[in-house]
Amino acid sequence: MITLNINKKNYKVDADPNTPLLWVLRDHIGLVGTKYGCGVAQCGACVVHLDGEAVRSCVTKISRAQGKKVVTIEGLSENNSHPLQKAWLELDVSQCGYCQAGQIMSAAVLLKENKDPSDQDINDAMAGNICRCGTYLRIKEAIKLAAKESGTK
Amino acid sequence: MIHFSGLAKLALPHSERGVPIVQWTEINGYIKINPENMITIICPNPEFGQNVMTSLPMIVAEELGVDWQMVAVEMGPHDNVKLGPQFTGGSNSMRMYWKPLREAGATARQMLLLAAAGTWSVPLEELTTKGGVVYHEKSGKKATYGELAAKASEIPVPKGVKLKEVKDFNVVRQSQKNVEGAKLVSGKPLFGLDYQHEGMLIAMIQHPPAFGLTHKSFDASAALKMPGIKDVFTIKLYEEGLEQGGFDVRTFNDLIVVVGKTTWEVINARKKLIVDWVPAGDLKDTMAGRGGKREVIVPGELETTATQLKKMEEYAKKPAQQLRRDGDPEAAFKNAAQILERTYNAPFLAHNCMEPMNFFAHVTDDKALLVGPLQAPGWTEPTLAKVLKLPPEQIEIQMTRMGGGFGRRAYGHYLVEAALISKKANAPIKLIYTREDDSTYGIYRPMYTATYRAALDSNKNLIAFHVKGGGIPEHAIHANRFPAGAVDNYLAESWEIPSNITVGAFRAPRSNFNAAAEQSFLDELAEVMGKDPIAFRLELLKRAKENPVGKNNEYDAGRYAGVLELVRDKSGWNGAEHKKYSRGVAAYFCHNSYAAHVVDLTLKDGHPYVEQVFSAVDCGIVINPDAAINMIQGAVVDGIGNSLYGGLTHKNGVVAENNFHSYRVIRIHEAPKKIEVSFVQNDIDPTGLGEPPFPPVFGAVANALYKASGKRHYQQPFALSQIAASGV
Repeated sequence: MITLNINKKNYKVDADPNTPLLWVLRDHIGLVGTKYGCGVAQCGACVVHLDGEAVRSCVTKISRAQGKKVVTIEGLSENNSHPLQKAWLELDVSQCGYCQAGQIMSAAVLLKENKDPSDQDINDAMAGNICRCGTYLRIKEAIKLAAKESGTK
Repeated sequence: MIHFSGLAKLALPHSERGVPIVQWTEINGYIKINPENMITIICPNPEFGQNVMTSLPMIVAEELGVDWQMVAVEMGPHDNVKLGPQFTGGSNSMRMYWKPLREAGATARQMLLLAAAGTWSVPLEELTTKGGVVYHEKSGKKATYGELAAKASEIPVPKGVKLKEVKDFNVVRQSQKNVEGAKLVSGKPLFGLDYQHEGMLIAMIQHPPAFGLTHKSFDASAALKMPGIKDVFTIKLYEEGLEQGGFDVRTFNDLIVVVGKTTWEVINARKKLIVDWVPAGDLKDTMAGRGGKREVIVPGELETTATQLKKMEEYAKKPAQQLRRDGDPEAAFKNAAQILERTYNAPFLAHNCMEPMNFFAHVTDDKALLVGPLQAPGWTEPTLAKVLKLPPEQIEIQMTRMGGGFGRRAYGHYLVEAALISKKANAPIKLIYTREDDSTYGIYRPMYTATYRAALDSNKNLIAFHVKGGGIPEHAIHANRFPAGAVDNYLAESWEIPSNITVGAFRAPRSNFNAAAEQSFLDELAEVMGKDPIAFRLELLKRAKENPVGKNNEYDAGRYAGVLELVRDKSGWNGAEHKKYSRGVAAYFCHNSYAAHVVDLTLKDGHPYVEQVFSAVDCGIVINPDAAINMIQGAVVDGIGNSLYGGLTHKNGVVAENNFHSYRVIRIHEAPKKIEVSFVQNDIDPTGLGEPPFPPVFGAVANALYKASGKRHYQQPFALSQIAASGV
């Protein structure tokens, strides 16, 4: 049995310690907001926060997550109140929406570390998140909007 | 009265606002109203990012006469009697449902008016509606739709109800937010892969590693010992002689299946299978058709890209099937002062939807429940009925949201697989494809080539046009598209090479290659003739409009010219903007809409970057403007990505590019900084947007690359040298 702290709650999970966090979230705990896109850390759909860092849960074993704080898209905020979620809705970013949780989770760490990211900063931080529908322009605008709104708080 | 918070604008289902879902009165298949005057509108078509869940209900709300804030949207059940064809694809949703949904809304409104007229004993003509309320101004009486719904639902459905004037629209033509937006950014379970069911097991298929292989035998002993594993068995998809329809395409018929408790356990156990893979040899498929069934031989060869390319070169020299002929092209070419001939190539493309193929199935002796992402339940249900030997009424298909479709999810083989697995496992199961399973399974965009020839007279007038196109296993030629109709002597021919590499609809089938090749050729032709590329196309379109050649010209030359003129003006063509970057233009008509792009590109260390794009689109009435812009911008990004990087290669039937580390897709730093979209303003009934903006992007990129590099680009992908070369 492994205990994981996810979105401020403790879960006892009966899974092999080598199981990627992605599959424990989805299959054992029922948190399906974190998505499977590739399984090899190429697409970013599975990004979660591990002690505040963005990690790809498809290649992060739950043994690594033990004793740390995991935050998934479900735990990012109460009622979509995170500036990124608000900006995403303001600018109506999503098309199919499958990649967007991972996009937001990557962007959240960018904004934590960089309050006023440039286009280049955004490109560097977000190049690991694929969107097949091509919403990149809106993703970029939403990150800038969220940065601006956070700044005025 | 329930208070709406700011979230009301996002059309959350009423059940999530704490409203009990009893007391809903169903007015028709699309509309439910409750006593508190809340409106639920049913979306008939499954959603894959084109936002039909917002725009189709908007059409109903418009004619019904309610404010959008009053509306919640639900995805409809599979019911082709009540809800129409329910086919998402072919850029057809708006076009197919425009009239039926307007009628549904208008008819429901009429029933509510009749209910009020009856209740108050007043003439119908004295009643008006606004924001979901019926008013009788004369007496000051009013009633909400909610108050009238029960009575309205008992009134016989009136026929021939008058629809609103387009100028009076106050829902349609306003930008409305994605009704599922809030759920998407908070990770709610919406997709097929997210679906959970009590007692559900996970299943995965061990596909043959190459097209043309099958299993002779296998050893599952190690796999069965792995933790969490319930069973390993085989399924046979179609019995011999089963008549397949166009969307029953499948690559492999005999499959090894692993069933277990969790995804990771099944992934690990599957790796322990020891399989003896052998060539499957030539296979026989029975295809249904209008003229009766026919047998098709699927060749067993294990194909390699270099060999495929050589074969295509050989076939291109042989006589081909004539698709269209105007005038006397042979004579015109014989007497030409100058002939321009160019050949274009493009590889197989994988759809690579972000959500890989998956489906849930629970099959018992007398019924089947299937839940998951697919584009057209009505096309797969008959096949399920045949394969499961169940009557269609006992088969329920629920459509979840899809993480991308692009045509891939029109092919329901994975439903049939899931159903057969559930039946054999005697349990509810979810079938999951890994990314590698998905990328290598097939149902690709075909491999294409086309040779274009143009004949000029001694005054550099265009006197003949010839296109001869082929592909593996299908060609891309649309013989009746521009410039057919604009050239006196015209010939279109096609040929095909059968293959066991399966193909299917990929965002703007055929057009996605055709536009690229043809629009590059027209650009080069314009240069040879000393003409501006836009002016040249407009000249041809003028001819096609005023004095068209031949019959069945599949496009409206006026509307086609319209998008070129609009993009010319908006992009500052030949103006100051023109000189900033390397600029290319292309335009195309497909799936009933028209699109033109100007692409501005730079080369950085020899690598192309598209800096900005100007897009002009004519799709008739634009139902949800901001969502339409989002889709067009997405199509532009998708087109840039596929034209620069997209492609698959084969080596002895094995696909080399099986995940995103090897199959390159466009990323945020490669997307343009700006994509400015303009619509031609008219009141023509709406046509689609999913596909039309996509094909001309390829041509515009090719033409911009020429300006940037001085070299014409004839082979896709344009920026990935290992595929653009002669293949593996």
